[in-house]
Amino acid sequence: MLLSFTFTAPELILSVGAMVLLLVAGWRGDAAVRGIGFGALGLFVLAGLSLLGNAGHGGIAFGGLYHADAFASFAKVLIYIAAGVSVVLAHGFFQRSGELRAEYPILILLSAAGMGMMVSAGDLLTLYVGLELQSLSAYVLASFMRRDQRSAEAGLKYFVLGALASGILLYGIALIYGFTGTTQFGGIHSSFVTQMAATGHLPTGLLFGLVFLLAGLAFKISAVPFHMWTPDVYEGAPTPVTAFFASAPKVAAMALLARVTVEALGPATLAWRQIIIFSSLASIVLGAVAAIGQTNIKRLLAYSSINNVGFALIGLAAGTAEGISAVLVYMAVYVVMTLGSFLCVLKMRGNDGRQLEEIAALSGLSRTRPGLAAALAMFMFSLAGIPPLFGFYPKFAVFQAATNAGLFWLAVAGAVGSVVGAYYYLKIIKTMYFDEPAPEFAPSDDKVEGGLIAIAAVIISPLGYLAIPALTAATLAAAKALF
Amino acid sequence: MNQLGFPILTLLIAVPTFGAIACLFSDAKAARWVALVATLIDFALGLTLWATYQVGGPQWQFQEHLGLFGSFGWSLGIDGIALMLILLSVFLMPICIIASWEAIQKRVPEYMAAFLLMETLMIGVFTAQDLFLFYIFFEAGLIPMYLIIGIWGGADRIYASYKFFLYTLLGSIVMLIAMLWMANYAHSTFIPTLMVTDFPVRAQTLLFLAFFASFAVKMPMWPVHTWLPDAHVQAPTAGSVILAGVLLKMGGYGFIRFSLPMFPEASAQLFWLVAGLSSVAIVYTSLVALVQQDMKKLIAYSSVAHMAFVTFGLFAFNRQGLEGSLLVMLSHGLVSGALFLCVGVVYDRLHTREISRYGGVSTNMPKYALLFMLFTMASVGLPGTSGFVGEFLSMLGIYGASSWAGAIATTGIILGAAYMLFLYRRVAQGPLDKPDVAAMADISPREMLTLVPLALVVLWMGVYPKSFSEPMKKDVGVVLARTDRAWKGGDAKLTKGSAKPVVVAEGEAH
Repeated sequence: MLLSFTFTAPELILSVGAMVLLLVAGWRGDAAVRGIGFGALGLFVLAGLSLLGNAGHGGIAFGGLYHADAFASFAKVLIYIAAGVSVVLAHGFFQRSGELRAEYPILILLSAAGMGMMVSAGDLLTLYVGLELQSLSAYVLASFMRRDQRSAEAGLKYFVLGALASGILLYGIALIYGFTGTTQFGGIHSSFVTQMAATGHLPTGLLFGLVFLLAGLAFKISAVPFHMWTPDVYEGAPTPVTAFFASAPKVAAMALLARVTVEALGPATLAWRQIIIFSSLASIVLGAVAAIGQTNIKRLLAYSSINNVGFALIGLAAGTAEGISAVLVYMAVYVVMTLGSFLCVLKMRGNDGRQLEEIAALSGLSRTRPGLAAALAMFMFSLAGIPPLFGFYPKFAVFQAATNAGLFWLAVAGAVGSVVGAYYYLKIIKTMYFDEPAPEFAPSDDKVEGGLIAIAAVIISPLGYLAIPALTAATLAAAKALF
Repeated sequence: MNQLGFPILTLLIAVPTFGAIACLFSDAKAARWVALVATLIDFALGLTLWATYQVGGPQWQFQEHLGLFGSFGWSLGIDGIALMLILLSVFLMPICIIASWEAIQKRVPEYMAAFLLMETLMIGVFTAQDLFLFYIFFEAGLIPMYLIIGIWGGADRIYASYKFFLYTLLGSIVMLIAMLWMANYAHSTFIPTLMVTDFPVRAQTLLFLAFFASFAVKMPMWPVHTWLPDAHVQAPTAGSVILAGVLLKMGGYGFIRFSLPMFPEASAQLFWLVAGLSSVAIVYTSLVALVQQDMKKLIAYSSVAHMAFVTFGLFAFNRQGLEGSLLVMLSHGLVSGALFLCVGVVYDRLHTREISRYGGVSTNMPKYALLFMLFTMASVGLPGTSGFVGEFLSMLGIYGASSWAGAIATTGIILGAAYMLFLYRRVAQGPLDKPDVAAMADISPREMLTLVPLALVVLWMGVYPKSFSEPMKKDVGVVLARTDRAWKGGDAKLTKGSAKPVVVAEGEAH
C-alpha cells in the first residue's frame, strides 16, 4: 500500500500542495497571488521530477486502479508544461482586467491533478473520478471573470453540457460493468476476448457500452459530433483559460481515450475503429469548413482545435503502437503551437488596454509589429501542417501510421481535408501581411510573454526536426506500455 | 565524402538560408547587398560544382548523409540532371536580385529574405535524396512564393496567392500519402533505392496518379494550369522569373526522377493520358496566348505550351524525347525568364502591361528591341538559339512515340511563332505614335546586366548544346533502362533504311 502511494507521487504533490496554497490564499487573500503563482509552478516542477522515480515506471498500483507507466509519464510531462504555461500567461492578463485572484493557480493545480489521474487510470472508476476533478475545476475556470457576462455564460454552458457528457459516460461505464462484471481495464479486455470467442461477434450490450463510453470521451476532446460547446466556451472564457482548455485537458483526454481503446477495448478494435474514423473525418471537415466564416480569433482557434483533434484521431484509428506514438507526437507539437497562438492573441490589446479578439484587428500587423506577426504566421502555417515548419511532422506521423496500418484511404481523406483547413489559416496570414494596417496595438514590454512566444517559435521552426529521434523514442516507449 | 572534401551541397543550401536571416535584421540598402552577395556566392559554388562534376563518373556524386530525423535523413546528392537544374537556379537568382534592385521599394528586407529562402528550397528540391526531405523542400516553397505574390504583387494579388497556394497544396498532399505507402513497401526512403524498386504493377497506377496530381499542378498541365497566369500577372517581375525559370521545372524534374523510373509500367500504360493532356495544352493554350491583351499573361500561356512539350517529350520513352525535354526545360527557364525581364523593363517605365499601350519602341529603344527580338526568336525556336535544340529533339522523340502526337505537337511550333511574333510586332514595331511611349529611355546599364548574360547563355546553348546535354546523357540512359521494358514502342516504326541512290537512265535525260 505504501509502495502504491509512491507511485502516485505527482498527484499527491499537486493535491496536497494545492490545499496548502488554498490555506495561504485564505489567510493572506489576493495579496499573496504572486507567491501562490510561483508556488504552483514549483509544484509542477516537483511533480514532474517525481516522475523520475517510481511514479514514472513503477507499474500497477492500488490493485490495478492506477497505472504508473511510461505512457502516463509522457502525457503528464506535457500536461504539467501546458498547465505551468497557463499559470504564467494568466498573470498579466488578470492584472490588467483587475481580476487577479489567488484561486486561479490553485484551480489549475487541482485540474492538473485530475488530469494526472485520467492518464494513469487503470479502471473505469479512477477514470471517472479523474475526469470529474478536472472538469469541475474547468467549469469554475471558464466563468472566472464573474462580472463578464460572456464568461459566466461560457461557464454555465460548459457545466450543463459537461454534466450531460458525464452522464453518457457513466451510462457507458455501467453497461460495460454490467456485461463484463468488472471495471478494470485488464478485466474488461479479457472479458471481451472470451465473450467474442464464445459468440463469434461483439455482444450488443457491450457494443452499446462501448459507444456510450466513446461518446462521453469524444465530448472531452471536442470531436465532432460532440463539439458544439467548444466555440462558445472558447470564445467566452478568459483568454488564458481558453489557452489552458485548448492544451492540457486535450492532451489528458486524448491520452485517456488512447488508453481506454487499447487497454480495455483492444479486442473490439474493428468496432471502435469505425467510430473513430467517422469522428476523425467529421472533425477535420467541420473544423475546417466552419472556421472559414469566423471573425473572432478565439472562435477560429476553437475550430482549429476541433480540426486538429480530427488529425490526432487518425493516429488512434490505426490502433497500433506506431499509431498511438503518432498521437502523442501530435499532441506534443499541437500543445506548443496552440499555446504559442494564444500567447500571440494575448498580445492583441488596443491602446485603451482592452483585449481585442477580432481577426480584423490583426490587419497589417507585419508592418506595425513585425516580430509578433512573424511568430503568429509561423504558428498558423505550422497548424496548417506546411513544411518546413514542425507542424508538418505530426501530420506526417499520423498519416504514416494510418498508411502502415492499411488505412490508406483514411490517410488520403485526411490529407485532402488538411487542404481545406489550410484556407483559414492562410486567411489570418493574409490579414497580417497583405492588408493595410489597423490601429497599432498597445506597446507591451512583458518579457515573460515575449520569451515564451520566442521559445514556442523556435520549437516549431525547422530546428524542431532535430528533436524527432528523441521524441519518437519517448513516444514509442510510451505507446508500447499500452500493448 | 565527395571529390571536394567539404559538404558543398549543404553549403549551397546554407548560404542563402543564412543570407535570408541576415536580411531580416538589416535595412533596405544592406538587405539588397546581402542578397546579392549571397546569391553570387551560391553561383560561384554552383560553378565549382559544374567544374568538378565527373561526367560519366558515378551516377550520384557529392553525396552526403546524416541520419538526423529518425525515420528520414539529411541525404543529399546529385546526378547530371539535378546539376543542370541547380545551375539554372543559381544563375537566375542574382539576375532576379538585380532586377528587383529599384523596382521593389516597399519592405525590401522581407522581399530579399523571401527570395533567398526560395533559393534554399529550390536547391533543396534538386539535391534531396531522401523521399521525405524532397517533399519538405518541395512543399515549403509554397510559403515564400505565397508571400511574394501576396505582398508585392499587383491588383488581384490576394486571389492569385490563394489560388497558387491551395492548388499546389492539394496536388502535393496526395503525393505525400503515396510516398508513405512507397516507403512502407520498399522499407527505404532513399531515392536511388526507390528508383530501382519494382513496385507491384497494380499499385503503380495509383501511385503514378498521386504523383501526377502533384507534378501536373506544378508543371502546370492543362486543365490545372489556371493558377499560373493569375500568379504570373500579379507577381513582381523577379517573382515571375523565378516562377517560370525554376519553379515550373520542379514538375518536370519530378516526372523524370520519380514517375518514369519508379513507375515505368504505369507510365507506359498512362501514356495516352499524358499525351492527351499535352496535346490539348499545346493547341489550346497557344490559341489562348494569341488573343491575350496582357504581355505577362501571353508569356504565361506560352509557358504552359512549352511545358506541354516537356511532358510530351518525357513520356516519349526514347533518348531524343528525354534529352530534348530536359533541354527545353533549361532553355525555357532562360528564355521565359528573360522575356519576363523584358516585360519588366517597359512596365517599370509605363506601369502597364497592356500590349496595345505600346508600339514602335524599336525606334527609341534600339538596344531593348534587339534583346527582346533575340529572346522572342529563342522562344519561337529559331535555329542558333537555345529553343531550337530542345524543341527539335523532343519533336523527334514525340514522333517516335506516336505519329499523331507528333503532328499535333508540330502545330504548337507554328502557333508559338504566331503569338510571339505578333507580340513583338505590336510592341516593338509599327509607328511610334504614343507620346509617353516615345518618351521611354533605352535600357539602363543595370538592366543590361540582367539581360546580356541571359542572351549569351541562350546563344551558347543554341550553338553548342553539348556542354549542357553531356552531363545528363548517362542519367537519361538510366531512366530509359527502367522504362524500356514497359514501353512497347510507338506506331511510327522508325527503322533505319538503306539509302538507294536514284539511278536515272542516261538516255531519258533531257
